[in-house]
Amino acid sequence: MNRRRRQVLKSGSGMTLLALVAAAGWLKPGDASAQSWNKAAFDTKSMADTMKALGGGEPAQSKDIVFFQTPDIAENGAVVPVGIISNIPKTESIAVLIEKNPNMLAAVFDIPAGTEPSISTRVKMGQSSNIYALVKADGKYFVAAKDVKVTIGGCGG
Amino acid sequence: MADPMKIRATLVGDATEIKVLMSHEMETGQRKDAQGAVIPAWFIQNVTVAHGGTTVLAAQWGPAVSKNPFLSFKFKGGAKGDKVTIVWTDNRGDKRTDEATIV
Repeated sequence: MNRRRRQVLKSGSGMTLLALVAAAGWLKPGDASAQSWNKAAFDTKSMADTMKALGGGEPAQSKDIVFFQTPDIAENGAVVPVGIISNIPKTESIAVLIEKNPNMLAAVFDIPAGTEPSISTRVKMGQSSNIYALVKADGKYFVAAKDVKVTIGGCGG
Repeated sequence: MADPMKIRATLVGDATEIKVLMSHEMETGQRKDAQGAVIPAWFIQNVTVAHGGTTVLAAQWGPAVSKNPFLSFKFKGGAKGDKVTIVWTDNRGDKRTDEATIV
């Protein structure tokens, strides 16, 4: 057992080890202190699969999730600003999903108590698509969507 | 070792606003070079922001986060002069830690 562990450490990069550990279920996905990376969730291609990998059921539509700084039309799909505020009490995490990207999940942010449930970042989009903000609050999942058009050629039309 | 992060930590009312700009290629693994070979994925997977030994934000990222990632958020409990530490780890196992003082 110990020797095997050595081999894994030697042969694989840190990522494969983490993936193995995550796959074996030793680390809870989303556990902030454990520095885990939920490979299964980042590999998914549909909302349903992503939810399964994150360990949740079908999210409820919510009007309490608000997008800010997010454009209706993005001139450059490589840099699309996304800001998300969750007004749902006990928000634990905010995830950004892009419907038509090769893999839907872009990022997951764990929000400990004391941190405002609001994040702002920049993502890549392959084409015009819905951006989903998936919020986990008090163990339940909520979702909101925003349609963003990506202008190819960048002439701002 | 990657370039240092640009971190701005500002006290706004009772909350500390963090703005970070990291320097990273964030290669998706979807692109091909001129010879048609796939450029391997290379991106930040984990970002942790800590203040006084407590994690105030932990993020997992996929390759869909933009090149030279930007991140902004606010947390409560910070005071002027406090240190904020940000750590990222990428899928090659590279790691970078930077520190900023709240102003």
